[in-house]
This record gives sequence, C-alpha cells and structure tokens, in this order.
Amino acid sequence: MVQVEDLIRVRDLHKVYRMGEVEVPALSGINLDIRRGEFVAIMGASGSGKSTFMNILGCLDRPTSGTYFLEGQEVGSLTRDAWAHIRNRKIGFVFQGFNLLPRASALENAELPMMYNGLRGGERHQRALEALSLVGLEGRLHHTPNQLSGGQQQRVAIARALVNRPSLILADEPTGNLDSKTSRDIMELLHHLNAREGLTIILVTHEADIAAYAQRQIQFRDGLVVADKRSIQPSAISG
Amino acid sequence: MLLMTLRIALRALARNKLRSFLTMLGIIIGVGAVIAMVAIGEGAKALVRAQIASLGTNVLVIVPGTVTQGGVRTGFGGVRTLSDSDAKAIMEEIPSVALASPALRQVNQIVAGNLNWSTVVQGVAPEFQQIRDWQAEEGRFINQADVDGAAKVALIGKSVADNLFGNEDPIDAVIRIRKIPFRVIGVLGAKGQTGQGTDQDDVVMIPYTTMQKRIMRITHVQSIVVSAVSAEKTQEAQQQITSLLRQRHRIQPDQDDDFFIRNLSDIAEAASNSAKVMAILLGSIASVSLLVGGIGIMNIMLVSVTERTREIGIRMAVGARSRDIMYQFLVEAVVMAASGGLIGILLGVGSSTVLNRVAQWPTLISPEIVALAFFFSAAVGVFFGFYPAQKAAHLDPIEALRYE
Ligand SMILES: Nc1ncnc2c1ncn2[C@@H]1O[C@H](COP(=O)(O)OP(=O)(O)OP(=O)(O)O)[C@@H](O)[C@H]1O
Ligand SMILES: [Mg+2]
Repeated sequence: MVQVEDLIRVRDLHKVYRMGEVEVPALSGINLDIRRGEFVAIMGASGSGKSTFMNILGCLDRPTSGTYFLEGQEVGSLTRDAWAHIRNRKIGFVFQGFNLLPRASALENAELPMMYNGLRGGERHQRALEALSLVGLEGRLHHTPNQLSGGQQQRVAIARALVNRPSLILADEPTGNLDSKTSRDIMELLHHLNAREGLTIILVTHEADIAAYAQRQIQFRDGLVVADKRSIQPSAISG
Repeated sequence: MLLMTLRIALRALARNKLRSFLTMLGIIIGVGAVIAMVAIGEGAKALVRAQIASLGTNVLVIVPGTVTQGGVRTGFGGVRTLSDSDAKAIMEEIPSVALASPALRQVNQIVAGNLNWSTVVQGVAPEFQQIRDWQAEEGRFINQADVDGAAKVALIGKSVADNLFGNEDPIDAVIRIRKIPFRVIGVLGAKGQTGQGTDQDDVVMIPYTTMQKRIMRITHVQSIVVSAVSAEKTQEAQQQITSLLRQRHRIQPDQDDDFFIRNLSDIAEAASNSAKVMAILLGSIASVSLLVGGIGIMNIMLVSVTERTREIGIRMAVGARSRDIMYQFLVEAVVMAASGGLIGILLGVGSSTVLNRVAQWPTLISPEIVALAFFFSAAVGVFFGFYPAQKAAHLDPIEALRYE
C-alpha cells in the first residue's frame, strides 16, 4: 500500500464561492499528493486559490466537491467535532496575521491548543515552555502580542502550532507581514523543524527566495496546479 | 476544565468591569429588592401569626350586634342583649365549647398609696385565665368564690405593678378603683405589646360581678369570650352559639342576629390570605426584575460574542469544539448572573438588617429564599446565556477568523 505513505491525498478538489447569483470558482480540480516529511511551497498569483486550498487542508473550510485524505482518512465526511480534533492534534496552522489572542501572554497563547485536549496544567506549561524555547522566545514568556515584534509574534504562533506535536504544519504567507531579515529567521526555523523534527510543512508564499527553502514548489493558477517541481538540494540554505 | 473555563470567564468579565457591573445591576437590584421585601413581609407575617397565636385560634368573641328597634338601628355594641347567663348557657349546653367568660372593660384611675395610674379595668370570670392562657405570675387568679361574692379583689398586670409598686411586693396591698378599695391577689404574667403597640400588661382584672355591680353599675355584659374545644371545632361552635343565642334572645327567623361573633381563626385566615397575595405579588416583581436582568445579560452576551468573533475563530482553529466555545460563553453568563445574585443577596440582607435595626421593622430572612434567589439568578444566566453561547458555538471557523 504505497498510498498510506501519502500524508495528504487530494483528488479533483473544487471550491466555488457563491455570492448571491454569481458563482466564483476558487479551486477548479486540484489533484495533489504530499508525502510525510516534505517541505512544500505553494506559489501563484493573488486570487489563484492558495488560501482557499490551505483552509481546506487545515479542516477550516469544506470543499464544494472532491476528496481529501489526511493520513489515509477521508476528511470530508467527518463531523464538526472530528474536524476540531484534527485541527487540534494533527495540524498546526500559522497565519499571515499571526492570529494570537491579544490579551493573553506568549505562554498562554502557546498553551491554548492544549486547553482543548485535556492535558493537565503542569504538562501544558511544560510543553508550552519547550515550544517557546525552541522558537527562541524563552525570554518573552509573559509578553502580550502588542509587546512583541512581528517576528516574535509569528514565533509565538509557530510555538502554538507545535505544542500538540502535529505531523503537519500549514503556513499561509507566514512571512507576508515581516521584513526580509525576520522572514529569513522564520524560514530557518521552519527549515529546522522540517529537517530535524521531520515535520511536514506546506507553505504559501509570493516570494521566490522564501519558496526556495522548500524541496518542492507548486504553482497555482486560476484554481489549478500548473507546475510541480522538486529541487533535490534546497538552494537557499547557506549553512 | 471547568476551573479553567471559570478563569477565562472571570478574566473576560474583568476586562470590561463597568460593563459587566452594569449588566449585573438588573439582577442585583431585582434579587436585592426581593430579598428585602420578602424579609419585611415574612417579618410582618410572623408578628401577626405570633399575635394571633397568643390570642388563641380557637377563641371566639361575642359582642352585641346592631338591632332594629321600631325602625331605629342602634349602633354596633349599643344594645344590652348579652348576659352572664348567656355565657353560662354557652359553656354548659354546647359540647364544642370548652369555656366561656363574660368580659367587661372600662378605663379607670387606679390609686395605690399616693401614686395613681390610668389603666384598663377588665371584669372577667375564672375561665378567662384558661381561655386566654394568661396565668398569675405571683399570687392567684380570680376564683368562683370571688365571682359569687362580687369580691373586691384584683389582679394587676406587669406594667401596672411596675408603675404603682416598683420593687415592692404588691400582693395583699390595697388599690382603689373609683375610691373602692380592692385587695391585690396576684400579678399577671407579662404578655408584651400587641401589633398595634398597645401594652397588654397595662391592665387590672377583677371579678365580672364586681365590675357590674360596683364599677359600671350595669346588669348586662359587654362581651363573652369563648374557647372552642379545638381550633377545628371553632366553626361548629360558632354555628351552635348562633342558634343558641337566637333561641335565648327569642329572635324570629326573619330577624337579624342581635349579636356578632368575632372569630380569630377568620382573622388568622385573612392574615394568611393577604400574606399569600403579598407573596404572589413579590414573586411577580421578582420574576419581572429577573427577566429584565436576564435580557440585559443576553444583550451583552450577544454583543460580546460579536466582539469576540475573531477570538472564537482562533480558538476553533487550534481545536476548540463547539461545546468548548458553548461552555465558555455559558459559564460567563452564569458567572455574571450568579455574582449579580450574590451581590443582590448581600444588598437585600444588608438593607433589611438596617431596616430592622434603625427603623425597628420586624424582618425575617429565610435561608430558603436566599437559596432560591441564588438558584434563580444562576438559572437566569443559563437561560439567557444559552442563545448567545449557542450562536458563538455554531460560528463557522473560517468566517470567524476572517471577521474584522
Ligand atoms: N469568502 C469568500 N467569498 C467569496 N469569494 C471568495 C472568498 N474567499 C476567497 N474568494 C475568492 O476565491 C478566489 C481565491 O481566493 P484565495 O484567497 O484562495 O486566493 P489567494 O491565492 O490566497 O490570494 P492571495 O495571494 O491574495 O492571498 C478569489 O477569486 C477570491 O476572490
Ligand atoms: Mg491568500
């Protein structure tokens, strides 16, 4: 069973937004397999359906038609609660706008996913600390988001995505709001997570140098995959 | 998990202290007012009940009624129809009657040595002691020999004893009523004040025969006090007394009674009925104020859900299930309502205590009402928090995340 090795298996995925009488097609038949441990970058023009695709992969949104297998399981037929469980355990989402709770500290933000899986306070605290030190924020535990720089906020978001030890990280333009130096730091971190921890990472970006961190670049246009190429040696990694 | 939800709720409420407080105000005022009003109502009811019990619920009082004589209606109590033989007949011929005593009263000046005191002089029979359950604390009560001989003996109430004799022993002392000397044979046990504030201990009791012959110079009696064998038999006794007196007074079937029977259990029933009406009234005020408070909570919770749509989206994105979100908002609503209830209870208990201390109003705080008020305010939180919580729980994660 070769398919079992695919972490993600998407077949003929369609998404049509209906705005009153007008139908806006966002995805027009995506077919894609992503193996465990891959680092994938998705690129494409604005409006080509990248975010729509990521949201479906992240079990935040439902496709209009088509199938999506995650770890061999067909996701489309699952209940809301099962989706919540998948978002909690199997997927870590990193957003362009960080999406942190504004009044909670870095530590509390990192603990948030564990509040929904019954972990005890001590264990929650421990894991959040580990994740925050992994992203290099052990010195900013009690800072709230508005006391942190954009890069630091995105690190908190990455720590939050890691605490439940998911196998998949979905990052929709994680460096979109950051300057190039900070972007490189974040990308080094993601590369590290992929290379050392074996996490599967799917990343959306507009920038070629960010996409170069990935081993595989997928091109979207008008809701379709138009190119899919693998680079054996990630070129942007210097050290 | 509940503890954590509670902490999140408290923090969310603390973030908007003024708003949370204003929202709770409806519940606070409602619960506070209800607690205070019920305390006052219960206090008044308990006082009335105690007074009625002190009079005896099996007691009937017969007074002369109005009577039409040659087309002229004489006033209430203005006829001289009752006699001591009526009292005797009632006691002897009616099985449901235990005791009967004539009773006459008049305000008189009492003189003892060089002191004088104005008080109510009551003429009674020995039966009066048991009917009113009023014992002599010192000395003895009036006996049959005193009545038969129209003896010049007197029992004095506690207040009279205090005012005329102070610390001296009044037994066998002489007091004068209308210049007639009476020997004090006893001091009545203290009864305290009535609901209207009259001092029941400001009284002198003498044999009714002495009262008729020497003080008032009349042959009829002003009233007859009767006790039925039990509270349940009062109704029966009243009917039997009516027919006996009609027969004795030779009243034709088409004529009205020339007497009137006052029934203390009727008064007790009226009092408990008005207490019931009061309770229903208070209950409706309570439910209206809790309803208003609840609507306030629902309103603020709906605003809060809208304001925190993005937060809900974030929580859902990291794995919160619908019921987690539901709990979060429901707990918030309940915390708000229940703390409003608690503050209201404190306010109600506080204000009724102040009323009791400062204005001397009788108040009674029943733990049941306090528990009920708390339970109800929490229930209001659940009821009115449910819809907003439901709304939050059913938000679409992606819509909620996109919400600006
Ligand atoms: N909620 C929505 N309602 C209606 N149409 C939508 C909605 N979200 C996206 N679309 C449309 O779907 C298409 C794909 O949008 P999507 O956000 O996936 O693009 P994208 O590739 O992520 O673009 P960008 O690079 O600008 O983020 C666009 O045409 C967009 O207008
Ligand atoms: Mg996008």
